[in-house]
Amino acid sequence: MTAATTIAIVVNGSTRTVPDGATLLDLLRQLELDPRVVVVEHNRAIVRRPDLDQARLAAGDAVELVHFVGGG
Amino acid sequence: MINDTPLAIGGRTFRSRLMVGTGKYRDNAEMVRAIGASGAEIVTVAVRRVNLDRREPEGILHHLDPQRFFLLANTAGCYTADEAMRYARLAREAGFNEFIKLEVIGDQETLLPDVAGLLEATRVLVGEGFKVLAYTNEDLITALRLEEAGAAAVMPLASPIGSGLGLLNPVSVRTIKRRLHVPVVVDAGVGTASDACITMEQGVDGILMNTALAAARDPVGMAHAMRLAVEAGRAAFLAGRMPRREVAVPSSPAEGMLD
Repeated sequence: MTAATTIAIVVNGSTRTVPDGATLLDLLRQLELDPRVVVVEHNRAIVRRPDLDQARLAAGDAVELVHFVGGG
Repeated sequence: MINDTPLAIGGRTFRSRLMVGTGKYRDNAEMVRAIGASGAEIVTVAVRRVNLDRREPEGILHHLDPQRFFLLANTAGCYTADEAMRYARLAREAGFNEFIKLEVIGDQETLLPDVAGLLEATRVLVGEGFKVLAYTNEDLITALRLEEAGAAAVMPLASPIGSGLGLLNPVSVRTIKRRLHVPVVVDAGVGTASDACITMEQGVDGILMNTALAAARDPVGMAHAMRLAVEAGRAAFLAGRMPRREVAVPSSPAEGMLD
């Protein structure tokens, strides 16, 4: 893969590369995450599950992937 | 058996007046057994980043059945209203319910609430349709303002989070319960079963605890004790305790004594 075909984004605070034109759903697949148990924030806006395959990533985008963990 | 009404919060009813957290257990299997022994229906969870470097699933939903338990997400760790609102919205998007245990922490050492931020976030989130259960201190005026802001329940602390110091201010908690119309659920600070019992004897609607179970030598045994303590305290409150006297009153007849 050449540099021109990937873009750098920030996922949960760390830089990652995804193919140019990738959607949020593609990102979840790349990370082997089940969209049903993850909530996605894209540049500070929540993206609902049905829209994950519509939201395209651009270079420099910030993505947060959160879920429920133990807490009081 | 006691003749009691179910606990009603935000249009939902619950049989158990004990709510438990899911943090800080030694392992997930013990957490699941402890929650089972507690009889709790409402369990709290936190919203955090998925650890992308970890291979095995770490989310709480791999261990707790969301059909069996009512998941109450919190905003623990948030220090501003904006941050707490962000976490609340993410939690709602998980798709279970619109309830949020709202915490806006004001100080790292005591984890006491920032009541200005708490009120602001409560107003906004209530406007967005959230059922807000607001973690607060034992200040009556703040509790009243939270109710006015539309909180579904007000959650005064017994003592600081994770301290296990028990109910430090029973008079204030009783006053809050007397003056509010929404449920009052004491959150944080209960250390052992007697703390839970004394707290329920004040007439509050329920208790939320986490560390008291997770940090007990035997969390499952302590969960069982807490279940009994909450039920005993509630039953004692409903039954109405005898007046306190500072002189003795004999329990046996004074008449009929031998010469």
